[in-house]
Amino acid sequence: MRLIGETKIDFIKWRKVAFVVSGIAIAIGIISMVVKGGPKLGLDFTGGIEVRLKFEKPFEVGDIRSALARVGMGTAVIQRYGKKEENTVLIRYHLLRISEKIASNIINYREKEGGIKNLEDLRNIPGVEEIGYENISASFTTSPAESDKININKVSKEVLTSVIQNITSRQMASKIQEAIKDKFGEKNSFEVLSVDLIGPKVSKELQKNAFMAVIFSLIGMLIYIAWRFEFRFAVGAVVALIHDVLITVGAISLGGFEFTLPIVAALLTIVGYSLNDTIVIYDRIRENMKTLRRKKLPPKSVLNLGINQSLSRTIITSLTTFIVVLVLFLWGGEPLHGFTFSLLVGVVVGTYSSIFVATPVVYAWGKKGK
Amino acid sequence: MRRFSRWIMLLVIVLIALSVWAIYPPGEKINLGLDLKGGMHLVLEADTRRLPPGESVKDAVDTALEVIRNRIDQFGVREPTIARQGLTRIVVDLPGIEDPQRAIELIGKTALLEFKLLDEKGDLNKALEGDIPAGDEILYDSEGKAYLVKKEALLTGSAIKDARVEINQWGQPYVALDFTKEGAEKFADITGKHVGERLAIILDNVVKSAPVIKTRITGGKAVIEGNFTMEEANELRIVLKSGALPIPLNIIQNTTVGPSLGKDSIRKGLLSGIIGLIAVLIFMGVYYKKAGLIADLALILNLLFLMASLAALKATLTLPGIAGIILTIGMSIDANVIIFERIREELKKERAPRSAVDVGYDRALRTILDANITTLITALILFQFGTGPVKGFATTLSIGILASLFTAVVVTRAIFNLLLEERPVQRLSI
Repeated sequence: MRLIGETKIDFIKWRKVAFVVSGIAIAIGIISMVVKGGPKLGLDFTGGIEVRLKFEKPFEVGDIRSALARVGMGTAVIQRYGKKEENTVLIRYHLLRISEKIASNIINYREKEGGIKNLEDLRNIPGVEEIGYENISASFTTSPAESDKININKVSKEVLTSVIQNITSRQMASKIQEAIKDKFGEKNSFEVLSVDLIGPKVSKELQKNAFMAVIFSLIGMLIYIAWRFEFRFAVGAVVALIHDVLITVGAISLGGFEFTLPIVAALLTIVGYSLNDTIVIYDRIRENMKTLRRKKLPPKSVLNLGINQSLSRTIITSLTTFIVVLVLFLWGGEPLHGFTFSLLVGVVVGTYSSIFVATPVVYAWGKKGK
Repeated sequence: MRRFSRWIMLLVIVLIALSVWAIYPPGEKINLGLDLKGGMHLVLEADTRRLPPGESVKDAVDTALEVIRNRIDQFGVREPTIARQGLTRIVVDLPGIEDPQRAIELIGKTALLEFKLLDEKGDLNKALEGDIPAGDEILYDSEGKAYLVKKEALLTGSAIKDARVEINQWGQPYVALDFTKEGAEKFADITGKHVGERLAIILDNVVKSAPVIKTRITGGKAVIEGNFTMEEANELRIVLKSGALPIPLNIIQNTTVGPSLGKDSIRKGLLSGIIGLIAVLIFMGVYYKKAGLIADLALILNLLFLMASLAALKATLTLPGIAGIILTIGMSIDANVIIFERIREELKKERAPRSAVDVGYDRALRTILDANITTLITALILFQFGTGPVKGFATTLSIGILASLFTAVVVTRAIFNLLLEERPVQRLSI
């Protein structure tokens, strides 16, 4: 069996069309992110709370929303997940802003009054009673003698925020459960599947972590390609790779998915996949450059020949990888949805870019050099 | 060449046997992560502001790690993961735990046990008004009663060799302590010098009891009494036996995953994995005929070796890890696609089957190596810098790539060699 026979397509000729198409795709993604006010960061990055519930009987998302709105949590994200008959729901609530606000209220009060003389003063600060005065006073002190507690007059805003976030997250989890119990009562009981609390401190480290991982993997692969091929090939591969990441990030924004750590993993996988694809084609071109040296073919033909010769392999591999990722996307379940969606887009874009971006850039760079 | 291929096949058979031994029974040998099994994930951070001056943070956290490991072992959690993260953090994964609150209390307790003398000459009431005698401090018991004690700790928990829960004649549990040899001598010395005075037994700055020293105690034994329940006494025993944390730890992340969610995830992940696998196996068989079946065999071997490596390395399989495995399927197939397309090209040039296979493999090898090494670089960097889910993904991807280079290139080549040597063919089924 054979899907693709021998082809003689002039891919390089289409490079300008391809550049315009890619440019538009990237622009749409960027516009989508600007319109939505920046990338939607998941709880991994912002810190917050995530509660999963399983109801006994079918429920309306609207009822949960109104229950939460009654206790002042109307901005929570409420999503069904899993199969419909499973009656499972996911509630996300970002806490960083509330915690930061209370923390800055306390800091402002401290500065205005020249220090907090008595912990009871905290009762007058907006927001404190909402999360419980007792919870805050249990962690702090005004006296320098109590060394096992944090001195509230010396604490930095960052530490204060993290302590408050810890308190709020615990409180919000039970508040969410109580509010829903009040609303549904005996009619439809639920079971708490999981409660995830993520502190902001970890998130900052994760951000740094992810950023470092991207930079290092880029450098590592650049060196490897420059060593195995020529510099212009490394340029083509890097342009293709940035292209793939930009389009995938745009698609994630358009699809309304949140950036989480598994999505960062997906983006890096796409980088690896796209490069893998690009290198297979480059390898063929490098081989042709050696064997066809005597024939003195123009560079355009050498490049086109390489793409055409490996076209069959490119399509078959992309197809099998696509099948696997598609299955995972369709049946892998909610926790993997954002991850597999990114991979799905990445496989398509990565295949396209190794043919229509990576190699044409090598051509353009070579022409410029002469 | 033929002998070489035979050796490869022998190696494969040995590896299959080893893998089956490593994996069987899968329920026990494959470690499932928290997202699959349910349990608790804690991140603790050392409170460096409260580190005694002159001590190194690294040493303190190392000791804390050891102490926590001891406590959890005594608590009886199966296969906990306790690891250091960065300079000041400790990550604790407790799969399948049923009572998270008690585990948190157990792990987070500083458990600093101190023996201090009461200052009975000093005026407690004056001290409570703020006039604390030099070298003294005020401590409270669990009911809020104040004590004026000397700041200097005469003996600490490090002098304890063993701790047991015992029950007195009124059915009240208490904790009995045995001192080390050195500790016993010191304790005898202290009690001998201060007969008639009161010695406070203090745990984490709370006075547990303050008995009067009646006589010099030489046996190296002491008891801690209090209004304990059996569970509390047992917790106290564990923390005293495992020693005090050298530095207080704050819980900065506490994630509890419900096991029923985990079961659901396992089912979906496994099912989609199997469906994806079958789809690819069928596709390869149809597209490359008998050669495709050889590639299918290589793929199944790849998965077997990958699972065996995970079991042998005691790595934990997480949901992103399953995704990494499924990505490996794609990578492994890619290697065979590159080879087979190359062989087809050579056949088209009217080459004999035998030499078409040889040339195809040789030409494809460099491409496959370059392509796989770049992905391996990504995976290794992810492994190095990633945490939690990213690390799980990187682990399976790295092992998968290495396994696939062996099965998809070396093993399939050996099979081709053996088949073609047995009976030379006019046409390849590819």
